[in-house]
Amino acid sequence: MKPLLDSVLQLHNQPAPYLVLAAFVLAAGLYGLVRRRTLVGMIISGELLFGAASLNFMAVNRFFAPDPAVGQIFVLFIMGLAAAEVAIALSIIIAVYRNYGSIKSRELTDLKR
Amino acid sequence: MSSLAFPLLAAVDPIPGSTYIIPALFLFFVATTIAGTLIAVAARRIIRSVCGLAVCCLGLAGLYYFLNSPFLALMELLIYVGAVCVTIIFAVMLAEPEEPARQVKRVTYWLAVAATLIVAGAIFWSLARLGVCGDWPTLAINQSSGSVETIGVKLLTQYSFAFEAISLVLLVAILGALAIARSGRHNA
Repeated sequence: MKPLLDSVLQLHNQPAPYLVLAAFVLAAGLYGLVRRRTLVGMIISGELLFGAASLNFMAVNRFFAPDPAVGQIFVLFIMGLAAAEVAIALSIIIAVYRNYGSIKSRELTDLKR
Repeated sequence: MSSLAFPLLAAVDPIPGSTYIIPALFLFFVATTIAGTLIAVAARRIIRSVCGLAVCCLGLAGLYYFLNSPFLALMELLIYVGAVCVTIIFAVMLAEPEEPARQVKRVTYWLAVAATLIVAGAIFWSLARLGVCGDWPTLAINQSSGSVETIGVKLLTQYSFAFEAISLVLLVAILGALAIARSGRHNA
């Protein structure tokens, strides 16, 4: 019991929990990206993917990188890219809604006809 | 830092149980992240999904704090919860994405769910196994403090090109978003 408690108490000083959590968020984001039926839902899942990548970068940066500033700068860039992606994708969604009257990914099938 | 790392501090632990505060906070943020992720992915109404994303980002911000980066924790809150989630909510209000009503689930539906779950589970399992059992290098000794001051100096010296590039990307993204949204209005 005591060693188990000690390992739980030291959990936040080890890289493994962060990496496993990042893998979980990545897998959940991929699942949502495939299963969601609306474009907004797919964007939300995409944001989860960005978050997973950022967490992974920060964990590796904290535990294995000699210079702790590099990972933080990289994650800042990821956040900037995520903001740009959301701005573009949401304006595309608004345009799609104006033209189709719906943002279900099933109905965007002009090329099929 | 946990007082377990400093035995002397543990010996003079002023408040009983204060050893557990930091691990409990860590577990709380991990649970917040997992719960937010599950809500964001599994909720049927899209607005709950956005709230799940906000909760997930809250947990991630706490984890960044544990990873020695309070600056990124604040940035995560500002950019994701403050900007991205609010923008998505605007899109939800403008485009009213109705999730399709609950319909009869056919066999193909459950097959698709199972296949997606298997793929996502395989990715999670392999990456988690790599994270736990992987041959990681020994813990690095930090050469500089990762303070906000260091980040600022490095952004404007060593990484100035990337800094300019990201500002250009943001500018183009803003202009592109305006252009796309405007042209849609003309067509309607």
